[in-house]
Amino acid sequence: MSGRIAIAGTGAVSSAGWGVPALIAALDRGEAPPVSILERQGVLTPVRRVPENAAGVPKSGRLRRTSPVSKFAAAAAIEAIGSERLAKIAAGEWRVGVIYTLLNGCVNYSNRFFGEVLADPSIASPILFPETVFNAPASHLAAMLGSVSPNDTLLGDGAEFFTGLEAATEWIGRGDVDGCVVVGAEELDWLSAEALKFHSRDYVPSEGAGALYLEAGDGAVRLLQVPDPVAFSSETNRAKAAQRLRAEIAPEDEPATLLVDGLCGVARVDRAERLAWKNWSGPRLSPRTITGEALGASAAFQCILAVEAIRAGRADQAIAFALGGNEQAAGARFGR
Amino acid sequence: MAITGAGIVTSMGFDFAGNATGFRSGRTAFRPVTAFDVSRQRVGTAGEVDTTQISPGSRIARRDWERMDRGTRLAWWAAREAMEMAGLNGGSMPVVVGTSAAAMPIGEDYYKRAVEAPDRRAGQLLRTEAYQVQRQMIAMARHLGVAGPLRIVSNACASGANAIGHAFHLVRSGKAERVLAGGYDALCQLVFAGFDALQALSPSGLPRPFDAARDGLALGEGAGFVVVESLAAARARGARVMAEILGYGAATDIHHLTQPHPEGDAALSTMTAACRMAGVSPEEIDYVNSHGTGTPLNDVAEGRAIQRWAGEAVAGVKVSSTKSAIGHLLGGAGAVEAVICLMALEGQWLPASLNVREADPVCTFDLIREPREARVRTVLTNSFGFGGANATLIFRKEDVA
Repeated sequence: MSGRIAIAGTGAVSSAGWGVPALIAALDRGEAPPVSILERQGVLTPVRRVPENAAGVPKSGRLRRTSPVSKFAAAAAIEAIGSERLAKIAAGEWRVGVIYTLLNGCVNYSNRFFGEVLADPSIASPILFPETVFNAPASHLAAMLGSVSPNDTLLGDGAEFFTGLEAATEWIGRGDVDGCVVVGAEELDWLSAEALKFHSRDYVPSEGAGALYLEAGDGAVRLLQVPDPVAFSSETNRAKAAQRLRAEIAPEDEPATLLVDGLCGVARVDRAERLAWKNWSGPRLSPRTITGEALGASAAFQCILAVEAIRAGRADQAIAFALGGNEQAAGARFGR
Repeated sequence: MAITGAGIVTSMGFDFAGNATGFRSGRTAFRPVTAFDVSRQRVGTAGEVDTTQISPGSRIARRDWERMDRGTRLAWWAAREAMEMAGLNGGSMPVVVGTSAAAMPIGEDYYKRAVEAPDRRAGQLLRTEAYQVQRQMIAMARHLGVAGPLRIVSNACASGANAIGHAFHLVRSGKAERVLAGGYDALCQLVFAGFDALQALSPSGLPRPFDAARDGLALGEGAGFVVVESLAAARARGARVMAEILGYGAATDIHHLTQPHPEGDAALSTMTAACRMAGVSPEEIDYVNSHGTGTPLNDVAEGRAIQRWAGEAVAGVKVSSTKSAIGHLLGGAGAVEAVICLMALEGQWLPASLNVREADPVCTFDLIREPREARVRTVLTNSFGFGGANATLIFRKEDVA
């Protein structure tokens, strides 16, 4: 990573509530938000939903007809960027890039639209279809910000957010943008929630969005390291990938460094990550066990908690680490 | 940044040579859709690939092949050709892929089964895994013998161009010595019905980009891949340099989710940025492979952007849309059209905008309506997508007389 990159803002919409303070408070309490039941055709799926909060959705014509994922992403990004920079962006004085990472994306509208197609394609809604495209939330966000700078949507497993951070450092380093907001966002739908339960009945599917806003320079918290993700391959299974990334990002035990890990509470899924970090004696947080499994958003929550712990003086450095389901091990180190 | 290998599969052909022959002869390659039921759609044709001709031979075990979705098979096919042309047999390198629909046919299958029999779990776990694009691309890389970080860009119809742009920057910055990059998309029912619902498909099934009476696009499918590497790395291993990537521009059109700014502001921005990076003027661009979908709004916006970009030189700018021959490959379009540009550079000819009866008045540039021989040294390709994703790439072949 070339150049100094500051984390100048964070934003979150999670099952714990709207805003970063709600996420931090839930972790501090160690209490998982309430579970609700998602029902369809007799199949019941316990989930942790983002609480209703119409006032939390940014006011924008583009968001009127969008599915929840776009609203979550917009709210988190706006919180991360902050009002001062928003004004500069709107005035054309600040070029902000948008990088949006996800696994499922706009699954609500995809579900509804495909249902209409199967029923009768001649009356399938032309309003729904564009919202099914993976980059619709990023497009809405750029329009809301008034940003014509580069805008990428990256697909991947639950560790993809770190690739977004890596891409953001590239854009900032090249001078393509003055700042970059990286958002990880997902929404719940029976399609994706039931799909996750096929992997393990112990998962609690969730949703939301997390955002980091990055700029060049020194700030209260900096992104110190975001190594290349270790992709799974015929030679590198999940366990080896976790160990290789651990060796890259934290070769030694660091008793004073906070680890915000990706453990989700499903023993079989967590085994490889636990093994890679078995000798870690520093403090740990496991936000997925509190918020539920929000896939593309969960790694963003991890990074937010790492950043805010440093900002609050709880740690001088923090590592966020995620071992995705079927693509990669990835992580980042933050510090003063 | 050198391109040392390129691979392609479209409804026009199954490899670089086959596609070059087809585009050079001015053929169109549309046929009735067989991949899914189109009986209740307004349009029933597309640039569908005859996938019975795509076989892994002994390279991929049958079980693994069956787990690949239609798009991944096309992607693997094209990527394999790119690697072979580059003289590579796997290796350690990042893979950057653009796609829009990804493994949607598997998602459709999952949905249908879930609705028909909510309590039946058989096969559904496998479908949820196979639906995930990163799982598919990891499998593709594994079967190519490639290991390295994977980056999947999904910027709608600009995805493939963005993927090559990412690769360009990874090599340019020294983060990678070489990168396998490309884009793909397969036809699927959801997307086909979506474009039909938007009434964006040409009722005749024959798109006429830049025709005054154009009435929509045709969808297609396929994949295009390239090996991007540093010139030093290419020379060190004695690889043939097909072309160099000189410039890349990306910007966002915030006018509307699905409609471009009528004056093509973002297109102008990416063309200008790519030229600035490349250090070339519009007069030095020998060919523009336009995004050219054939929809009323898109073509006129791009035409306005070309006019503004070229200024007084516009009459000499040669432009065509190869979507007129194979349709719009969505997330694969930018990469496939980049490979078509490489064909033009290799063969010194220009592909045409076919089916044009009367050119739109916006065509104050030289609209190529028949394939023609030409001196081609520097080319530019545009890709624009839903959500306002805009991208431009510029390639040059150095040894053109």
